[in-house]
Amino acid sequence: MFENNQHLRIKRAHEVCGPAARSFALIACGAQKGAVIWISERKNPEQLFPAGVARFCDPARIIFANAKSSIDVLWSAEEALRSGAASIVVAEVEKPMSLTAGRRLQLAAEAGKTLGLFLIPEGMGSNAAETRWRCSPQFDAKDSTLLYWQLIKNKSGTLGGWVVRWDEQARRVIVVSKVGERAGSARAPD
Amino acid sequence: MASERVLRARPIDAPFALTQTQSNTQRIYCLNEQAEQQGLRKGMGFSDARALCPDLQTGLANPREDTRFIQTLARWTGRYCPWVGVDEDGLVLDVTGSTHLWGGEAGMLDDLHARLDRAGLTHKAGMADTRGAAWALARFGGGVAAEGEMLQHLGPLSVAALRISDEVCNALQRLGVRSIQDLVALPRVTVSRRFGPDLLLRLDQALGEHPEPVSPQADPVNFAVRMTLPEPIGLAGDVSAGLERLLERLCLTLTDQQMGARRLEFTARRVDQASSQIEVCLARPMRDPIRIAALFARGIEGLDAGYGIDQIRVEAVEVETLPLRQATHHGAQEGDSLADLITRIGNRIGLESITRCLPADSHIPEKSFTVSLAAYSQPAAQGAWPSTGPRPVYIFPPESIAGYAPEPPRRFHWRRMSFVTARAVGPERIAPEWWLDDPAWRSGLRDYWRIYTREGRRLWLFFTPQNPGWFVQGEFA
Repeated sequence: MFENNQHLRIKRAHEVCGPAARSFALIACGAQKGAVIWISERKNPEQLFPAGVARFCDPARIIFANAKSSIDVLWSAEEALRSGAASIVVAEVEKPMSLTAGRRLQLAAEAGKTLGLFLIPEGMGSNAAETRWRCSPQFDAKDSTLLYWQLIKNKSGTLGGWVVRWDEQARRVIVVSKVGERAGSARAPD
Repeated sequence: MASERVLRARPIDAPFALTQTQSNTQRIYCLNEQAEQQGLRKGMGFSDARALCPDLQTGLANPREDTRFIQTLARWTGRYCPWVGVDEDGLVLDVTGSTHLWGGEAGMLDDLHARLDRAGLTHKAGMADTRGAAWALARFGGGVAAEGEMLQHLGPLSVAALRISDEVCNALQRLGVRSIQDLVALPRVTVSRRFGPDLLLRLDQALGEHPEPVSPQADPVNFAVRMTLPEPIGLAGDVSAGLERLLERLCLTLTDQQMGARRLEFTARRVDQASSQIEVCLARPMRDPIRIAALFARGIEGLDAGYGIDQIRVEAVEVETLPLRQATHHGAQEGDSLADLITRIGNRIGLESITRCLPADSHIPEKSFTVSLAAYSQPAAQGAWPSTGPRPVYIFPPESIAGYAPEPPRRFHWRRMSFVTARAVGPERIAPEWWLDDPAWRSGLRDYWRIYTREGRRLWLFFTPQNPGWFVQGEFA
């Protein structure tokens, strides 16, 4: 799904919300090569667990930056995006992002040719984001790795929703079904 | 010398000795004169010494401090001549051409004696044409051997004054060769046949037939440069231009010494004598002036120039070895830009806030990795992570939920959300490390369950059988 950067264009900043945002970001990291900068606020008690991360992406590639405040998160993200030293920058944002902030980050991502992913709380993104995703785990009696990825904003394409499965052996995402093709489900907006 | 160094800081008018543990016994390492008068000697067992002299006061020997003291002394003797070397147990000065400044050789020695006496150091000094003769005089007599009168001064001294080993010395004494003049009187051929070439070499060195240079102590390299300006400056551009010139000089020194700066301090002194500093910590040792200058840019913007800056100074406070590397056609080394990025972010949020995880050897989930500073560690090798059961993507401090039964709860509330358990996989029992008292694991054993909820969330719960209770600790997606 990320192989040809069809939905997650590099050189852009994207936003992810929902309970499975972290695994979405990790899968995106696994699809890229190079270093990952993972920026979060110091007061956040939730931290990535390397043994679990290893399913999606090599934890050794990730460098964590624990910023003091939400402003520092955005500042560090901009620096990291602009420098181009890391191939992907993930920032856990906890406050609403303004349009100015989003635009700056977008420009930084373009300048550094880096992929930026911002993990935001529901409804706190900025209009400057290239795409916005809502990701949540989905229950299935047979398969315990199902995720529902919903593309809820897209500047250069259509929206959509996919039920995907993470294949640990092949280390890639397998699209189980596109929402709307499944029997009995509501049609995804096109 | 060592005991005097300690006594200088803590004067005691009583027998005093320093002890050192040598192969499991405490032995006397150095002692003062009063202790010597009581019959103690160097190398004696400490308990014997206590038996001989019950009011003996002691301290612990610290050879490293002693070496530093000698170095300090060597630097101080630079006032007599620039050519100072450190011998095994003393200092050796090449005073050629500097004695006239002190009113001759005797004058210089008098001054040296007077100053060292005032400092409370017992010492002996000898001066002669050659290093060997000075060594002999310093230890066996003292005084000055004037030019051409070497043999007269050295002649009566014992052969031990020639810096020879104890066996050779004993053998000579047994043959009746007690003084140096006895040795000089012997035919050289027989001496060298009997004792080897070393003895004659030492004799020649003492008498000046064979040269023996003094190798001086190298000056410690100072990784600091400064610039005083004829006119005060105040523009950020001017300050960075000055900084660039300073860094160029500093980096040349660093390159010469094959060192790289790890922490740099920039001091700008203003016209009104106030000064402000900018500190930059680097994620890896570096000596590239252009890249270092870029890291100072943010600090210079916020610098208060006041009425103008008239002196700037850059010092590499922390340096590390950075060997020269052959230039490659792809220019910058791999990972340089990442290190620069870590430096830049680290100078705002703190270099200690930029971390990476390394695998650790523990079965306790929270301790299965260690967080180390990214700037001071290397990433773990691929495959270094131990393979365990399925582990959550992220964890947090355990959050309690209602429930006391050992079976997983059918319904539960967590973070103001209610969940219905659809499938529970487990338990995986993890016992605390009994050899460590971890407050988080006081509640004893943990039975970990993977709970698949009908709402979709996949959570990592545990039950503590010894203190019944359920906790949420992580999430799988």
